[in-house]
Amino acid sequence: MSEPVVFTYPIDGNNFTSAGGASVAVKQNLRALGFPDDVVRRVSIAMYEGEINMVIHAHGGTATVTVGEDEITIVLADRGPGIADVERAMQEGYYTAPDNIRALGFGAGMGLPNMRRYTDEMRIDSVVGTGTTVTMKVRIPEEGA
Amino acid sequence: MKIREIVSLLSADILCGGDLLDTDVHMACGSDMMSDVLAFVKDQAVLLTGLVNPQVVRTAMMMDMRCIAFVRGKRPSGEMLSLASSAGLAVLATPRRLYEACGILYHAGLGRTEP
Repeated sequence: MSEPVVFTYPIDGNNFTSAGGASVAVKQNLRALGFPDDVVRRVSIAMYEGEINMVIHAHGGTATVTVGEDEITIVLADRGPGIADVERAMQEGYYTAPDNIRALGFGAGMGLPNMRRYTDEMRIDSVVGTGTTVTMKVRIPEEGA
Repeated sequence: MKIREIVSLLSADILCGGDLLDTDVHMACGSDMMSDVLAFVKDQAVLLTGLVNPQVVRTAMMMDMRCIAFVRGKRPSGEMLSLASSAGLAVLATPRRLYEACGILYHAGLGRTEP
């Protein structure tokens, strides 16, 4: 078994304009590694929504993408305020983002549901006042890569 | 539908990607909320929006879209255009409103699924 490929990116929490840059880089890297379009799209969209969330809600953090033999794992870790009610946060249309963020086209309560939609597994570990870690997995189909 | 036809139907200006006018698009999505755009993958789509910030371009990139049409005469920044250009996206600007622009393209057959 070959060593997994790991990409790590700091997410700048103070710059909405540059948010998503890490997801674009991951997309390019996965394409270069020869993954099918569908897998590349699912990983990058899920990570992009997560990256935007980290900027909107959590002052940034760290994104780590591990490319294993049969799955790609995305771990988004922040030291933000945490999510008090994870189950509620997962409901489509439930949002806590302020109007100025919604005016930028995000924060409509679709981010977490979209992350779940595009991944095969998703887990949220959150402690209020300490931070949140979101772990997502996308399985690589056998004929892929 | 070719991007060239979208330009003509919407009386749009071509802001970048003038070499992509013969690219085919099969679907369209009109929204100012990017997470709504990200919710469903559309094949070779055009994004119509009145929202102007770099996340519009990144959203289109994530979705492997072919074209962005800014409505209501909105103009993207040079930074957005260079990002779009590097991603191989055509960018248009139309004076039409979002509702009108979507209606015109739908009426012309874009994204219509006939029964």
